[in-house]
Amino acid sequence: MKAVITVIGKDMVGILAKVSGMCADKSANVLEVTQSILQDMFVMVMMVDIVNCTVKFADLADELAALGDDLGLKIHCMHEDIFNSMHRI
Amino acid sequence: MNTKEILETINMIDNEDLDVRTITMGISLLDCIDSDIKRACDKIYDKICRYAGELVKTGEDISREYGIPIVNKRISVTPVAMVSGACQSASPIHFAKALDRAAKTVGVNFIGGYSALVHKGFGPGDYALIESIPEALAETEFVCSSVNIGTTKAGINMDAVKKMGQVIRKTAELTADRECIGAAKLVVFCNAPEDNPFMAGAFHGPGEPDCVINVGVSGPGVVRAAIKKSGQGKSLDEIAELIKKTAFKITRTGQLVAQEASRRLCVPFGILDLSLAPTPAVGDSVAYILEGMGLEQCGAHGTTAALALLNDAVKKGGVMASSHVGGLSGAFIPVTEDAGMIEAARSGALTLDKLEAMTAVCSVGLDMIAVPGDTSAEILSGIIADEAAIGMVNSKTTAVRIIPAIGKTSGDELNFGGLLGSGPIMNINRKSPAEFIHRGGRIPAPLQSLKN
Repeated sequence: MKAVITVIGKDMVGILAKVSGMCADKSANVLEVTQSILQDMFVMVMMVDIVNCTVKFADLADELAALGDDLGLKIHCMHEDIFNSMHRI
Repeated sequence: MNTKEILETINMIDNEDLDVRTITMGISLLDCIDSDIKRACDKIYDKICRYAGELVKTGEDISREYGIPIVNKRISVTPVAMVSGACQSASPIHFAKALDRAAKTVGVNFIGGYSALVHKGFGPGDYALIESIPEALAETEFVCSSVNIGTTKAGINMDAVKKMGQVIRKTAELTADRECIGAAKLVVFCNAPEDNPFMAGAFHGPGEPDCVINVGVSGPGVVRAAIKKSGQGKSLDEIAELIKKTAFKITRTGQLVAQEASRRLCVPFGILDLSLAPTPAVGDSVAYILEGMGLEQCGAHGTTAALALLNDAVKKGGVMASSHVGGLSGAFIPVTEDAGMIEAARSGALTLDKLEAMTAVCSVGLDMIAVPGDTSAEILSGIIADEAAIGMVNSKTTAVRIIPAIGKTSGDELNFGGLLGSGPIMNINRKSPAEFIHRGGRIPAPLQSLKN
């Protein structure tokens, strides 16, 4: 099972480190990362494998959202199926 | 991994109010029938708690994992008149209270099905239930009620139309201290669907299985944003295409949630209702979509045509995205729940007559409309009869959810709060239909050929 983590907000030092650090903490394996700066906004999209994740997926999503709140960023962690079903026939 | 698509989805949820409006579990009560009312009520309470015990938690889990808000978790049940008819000596209100208790225990925010289907005539149980609706809605918190008074195949039961005018008035009177909210939980239908997940008109039809999961998707804000972003200078066929594509994406989200809820709860998936259901949140408005198509304000001449295009395009886009589409599917136009409609009604651009015309092409009918508190029962019945006639002749669902604002008059406002919103009290035509309504009887079913 794969999840997509998106981070949107003001660029600052250490975003990637903090998000991937939390993933490592919970044994969520990062498969792919893309990031870009769009008009001063930092946008990072990360694909993670959560098969061996040590916490429940919904809890991981909550913890990442809370991390986002601490950093003043919007962090979503969503099941990849939501994107597949919406954009693929 | 396509970043653009991922961000598009996130933007829909974060900024355009995309949500799954409701997961509604339909539960049959036919096996709870008992001539002892206490035993029947206990069976109903137990069955609902047993079947729907995990409903709210499952909805919340899915919402957290997929990152899509699921606003409401609800229950619809077999029209209670079918069950209460077996206990003729006791008031059916005990059933309303049992439903209310069960709703509270499982944590849903509405339970629909305090209903009767009387399009061709009343049984004693039907009549008793209809009589008890005002009291039932005043004394419960979560129960919603609906009555089907006409169908294309049976015609319109005008005795029921007359009765419902009185019932709506009395319901409003009994809840006058709470903004007449009882009337906001009461729907009078023509051609009521058996699998509608949306309140207040949801009930679990007699043709449905024992238990089923129906899901209602929404997303007026997403459609409006798409038209605003890409609709500049486009012709109406291009606008229709744009709406179809957007409706497809919205519906796929709902289909995913419906399948997942069905799998986790071990309950068969019934239907997806692909309705654009507005909320009072600014932006999440069907009126704004119509205005986005180029109307100065909702209610202007051209509104009915724009709504017809929208309603049809939503269905065309959504149908391919789901394995089973049903319910009301289309665009809702509840006045007090739609920021753009509230503004249009306040400014006088949107009138009751225009709304009636719009109901001929929208997915339901006159919805969440506040009228002056001194509106007579006969006038309410006249409004119901007109609306039912539109539904009957056009083979579509129509409904009336109208709130006589007791003690208030046109220009005042009603404020329900929450999803039910607020809105101005609208003017009505005061000429009396009393003689017509008091004739009673049935309006025969219309011819299905020679369509002109």
